[in-house]
Amino acid sequence: MDLHQLWTIVSLPDNVPIVLLLFVVPFYTWYGMRQAFANDRLIAQLEGDPAMAKTHHRKVQPFKTGWAREVHVWPYLLRIEFLAAIIVTVILMVWSITLNAPLEEPSNPTLTMNPSKAPWYFLGLQEMLVYFDPWIAGVVMPSLIIIGLMVVPYIDTNPLGNGYYTFKQRKFSILTFIFGFIVLWVSMIVIGTLIRGPGWMWFWPGTTWDHNRLIFEVNRDLPDIFGISGRVGKIIFGAIVVGLYFIAAGIGMHKLIVKTPFNRKIYARMSVLQYTVMQVFLIVMLALPVKILVRLLFRIKYIWVTPWFNV
Amino acid sequence: MPETNGHDGKPASTGAPAGAGNGNGTTGGNGGGKVAAVLAGAKATQARAVEELKETIKAPEKTDVWKSVLRVKHDETPRSRALGVLSNVFLHLHPAKINRDAVAYNYTWGMGGMTFYVYITLVFTGTLLMFYYHPSKIVAFRDILYLESDVPFGKLLRNMHRWGAHLMVIMVELHMFRVFLTGSYKKPREFNWVVGVLLLVLTLLLSFTGYLLPDDQLGFWAVTVGTNMARATPLLGNAGPFGGLLGMTPYNDVRFGLLGGSIVDANALLRAYIWHCVAIPIIASAFMVVHFWRVRKDGGISGPAPVMLESEIKDVKKI
Repeated sequence: MDLHQLWTIVSLPDNVPIVLLLFVVPFYTWYGMRQAFANDRLIAQLEGDPAMAKTHHRKVQPFKTGWAREVHVWPYLLRIEFLAAIIVTVILMVWSITLNAPLEEPSNPTLTMNPSKAPWYFLGLQEMLVYFDPWIAGVVMPSLIIIGLMVVPYIDTNPLGNGYYTFKQRKFSILTFIFGFIVLWVSMIVIGTLIRGPGWMWFWPGTTWDHNRLIFEVNRDLPDIFGISGRVGKIIFGAIVVGLYFIAAGIGMHKLIVKTPFNRKIYARMSVLQYTVMQVFLIVMLALPVKILVRLLFRIKYIWVTPWFNV
Repeated sequence: MPETNGHDGKPASTGAPAGAGNGNGTTGGNGGGKVAAVLAGAKATQARAVEELKETIKAPEKTDVWKSVLRVKHDETPRSRALGVLSNVFLHLHPAKINRDAVAYNYTWGMGGMTFYVYITLVFTGTLLMFYYHPSKIVAFRDILYLESDVPFGKLLRNMHRWGAHLMVIMVELHMFRVFLTGSYKKPREFNWVVGVLLLVLTLLLSFTGYLLPDDQLGFWAVTVGTNMARATPLLGNAGPFGGLLGMTPYNDVRFGLLGGSIVDANALLRAYIWHCVAIPIIASAFMVVHFWRVRKDGGISGPAPVMLESEIKDVKKI
């Protein structure tokens, strides 16, 4: 156990945001889900008691008849905003006084940094470079993440959960988002920051960064395992495998989408276009962990080998 | 109308000088009388000035200057509380009244507002940093050293800008997380979510372009790694799929356009500087204006709304 190495990584000024992220993301997940479960209990109660549903104010927050439903922005909101601004300023000031922004040696194109890391918020993409070629990890995937986020409101046909925390009414979408945000985005950032060392090799927290370490990974391409050698054969074989993945993942996703009676109800509200777009993004998102597993379990580098691109 | 006139309704010209004002010509050569009259006049003027000052201190809101600045009366009525928000250019993006449960911290987490506040501090510290920085390969790194060692509070300024940027990225991501968990992107706020996603991208780009500016090893290699990916852009990058077929070389592809050259050098520094300090802040500000305006136009903050039950879902109209 090399605690010194661990401390060197964790205390690196630029890694402080990730250490912060390790605390705030679980906290706010708990904070949001706690309210979601509180609302879910109320919803269950109201669903079971139609008479109560007619008269109840339908929030977990206290309410008495005669209370105004709205309050003046001044002072009730503005004082909080003012307070928040002061608190943020104090935090930023204290942070800036106690911790200096990193400044390395002057830039030197002849001296490569090892490991040479992107800013922390792009480390998820850099981590993806291990499993995908740069054109997928650096260009296609980021574009798909952005577009995928943008289409979210247009493919989510569930009218429930608009403006309040809930889990039961939106299980599918919330689990999908948590999977994408926490499992894929945040945890890949954490891996890229705390675990990846020289040569972008995997160093468990607490082990020493060995700059001379070499790993001879025997990564193979899938067509070679199956003994397919011709160029055209590889292209066709890869296309078939990728196509099979799309079909299998699509069927699996469809099963999930129509799993419960409630999900079927939401599914019935979707247009063909909405359904197709959702399927494509879900399948592509799932491809990331699938490729990671394929690489880690079977040491397979490429699945689809062509003269122009490799997947 | 006491509040539109002078202090106590008295016209200004009929004040104290009336008693002593004619000491000028009529009594002629009597020097002593003249002096006494002037003194008396001065005393009366002084007394009046003190009186006026007392009035002003007692009720500054009745002065013309005060009224000209604040435009509306501020008294203890609900109407003027509302006007206080609505008639103020900085506050008028707020409604006069909001959902009583929305002011509690637990619903919004305050992340959107705090992100905007951090953005303002970044613009402020960034502008101050621009006074000490030349985007030129020869002096950029030295400017940082100078800033850290010689400029008063220079180190604090740079630290605040750096950590503020990190804080903004974290806050933007948490804001998006909250908006998703509360389903706030649903009708009628779909488009504002799209604007928000663009703002997230712009925030990351702002942070990334700023990374190169100190011109140190950290920024240089981070940007080298980052822009090397652009090389692999399908169709538009020289190493990307089909790029070579379309005639892409290191000297005409998309990476060349981003860096202003085939390597991260002086042109890349200048481009990063201009994107970071001018172009992206302007674009992001424009999107922010739209974002905030849409929050109001789409019906204000989304909740906490009354919960809706599964049995209340209405059927959609099929085309």
